[in-house]
Amino acid sequence: MNLSRRHFLVLAPAAAIAWKAVSAGTPEQSPNYKTADHWWGMLIDIPKCIGCGNCVRACATENDIPDGYFRTWVERYHVEDEDMTNPQVISPDGGKEGFPVAAEDAGKYFFVPKMCNHCADSPCTQVCPVGATFVSPDGVVLVDPKYCLGCAYCVQACPYGCRYIHPEKKTADKCTLCYHRITKGLTTACCENCPTGARQLVDLKNPKDPIHEFLRTHPVQVLKPQMATGAKAYYNGLDGSVR
Amino acid sequence: MNIFKDAGHLFRFAGLFVLAFIVFLVVRGYVVPKSFGQYGHYRGDAMSDIAAHPVKFAGHQACETCHTDKADEKSKGKHAHVNCEACHGALAKHADDPAAVTPTKPDTATLCARCHTATAAKPKEFPQVNPSDHSNGVPCETCHQPHNPAIADAGGAK
Repeated sequence: MNLSRRHFLVLAPAAAIAWKAVSAGTPEQSPNYKTADHWWGMLIDIPKCIGCGNCVRACATENDIPDGYFRTWVERYHVEDEDMTNPQVISPDGGKEGFPVAAEDAGKYFFVPKMCNHCADSPCTQVCPVGATFVSPDGVVLVDPKYCLGCAYCVQACPYGCRYIHPEKKTADKCTLCYHRITKGLTTACCENCPTGARQLVDLKNPKDPIHEFLRTHPVQVLKPQMATGAKAYYNGLDGSVR
Repeated sequence: MNIFKDAGHLFRFAGLFVLAFIVFLVVRGYVVPKSFGQYGHYRGDAMSDIAAHPVKFAGHQACETCHTDKADEKSKGKHAHVNCEACHGALAKHADDPAAVTPTKPDTATLCARCHTATAAKPKEFPQVNPSDHSNGVPCETCHQPHNPAIADAGGAK
C-alpha cells in the first residue's frame, strides 16, 4: 500500500512532464519567409496624399472590414492662420468616399492618412492580459483572434486609436500590415492602391530599401513621439498641428 | 520515538496538494497550445493563421505578366506609377483563373473625378479640374486615355 503510493507520486509528475515534451511537437514554418530577416514599417508622404480614399477602400476589401470600422483612415486637417493649436479635422466615413471640396480659405488644408504605427514598444501589447496581441519577430503588431477575450484594454491603450472590437468576432481587430501579403512578397493593399505613392511599405532590415536614404535626407516624424512607443509609421512633411 | 507517529493526516493533506498539482499540469498541457511561448508570450502559430488570409489584390506584377501591352502604354505616361488595381479593383480571382472571372470596365466619370476633382486640400502641383465645367459633360476618355492620359494632339499637355 505504502510502496504503491510512493511509486505513484514519483512516476505521475515524471509522466506528465514527459507527455508535455512529446506533445510540444514542431510548429509549421513558412518555407521562403524568414521573420528574422525583416523589420517592417510604413512611410507616409503627406505632401503626396490627395485624399482619394483608395487606401481605405482597398483595406476594407482586402481584409473584409465591416462598414463603419477602419484599419486605416484618412483625415483632412484645416489649420487656420492664427489658431495653429486647434486644427479642424474631418474624416467622413474614414475618407472612404473622398472629401467634400475645400474652398480656398484662410489657413491651410492637408490630408493625413492614419493607421497602426506598428510600434516596437507598443502600449497595446503591454496591457493584454492573455497574450493575445504581440509584436511579431518581424515587427508587426498582430492580434490572435483565438486568444483574444475582447476585453478592449488594448483599444483603450492605443494612443493612436487604431484598434476596435470587431462587431461579429467580438475580438480586438487592427491593421495586420497585410501580413498575409508581405509574407508572400507582395506589398500591402493600401500601398498597392495608392495612386501617388504617398504610402510605402518599408523593410528596415533590408539594406537596399530606399527608406534608409529617405530617412537621412527628409524631415521625418512619427506621431506622438513623446509617448516613446517606437512607432514605425514614418510621416514625411507632417505638420505640427497633427495629433 | 517516531516523530512521524501522529503526522499521518499531514501526509494525506500533502498528497492531495501533489495530486492537484499533477492534475493542473495535465490540464495545462491540454489547454495551452503547442506553439505558445515559441517566440514570446503568445501563440506562435497565430502568425501563420493570419498569413493564411486570402489575397484579394493580385498586385501589379501579376497583371503585367499577361497585359504587357497595357503595362507598356501606361509606363510612358503620367499614370506610370498608378497600379492597375487602383482603378480596376481587386482582381486576384481573375489573376488565378482569367477565364472564369472577367473584370468589368470601370466608369471613368466617377473614377477620374475621385482623384482629379479640384479642392484646396490637394497638393498644388497635382493636376485638378472642376468636373462640371471642365468638359461640359463629355466623358473623360473622349480626350484622355486612362492608361496614358496626356492629350496627344495638344503636344502632351497635362
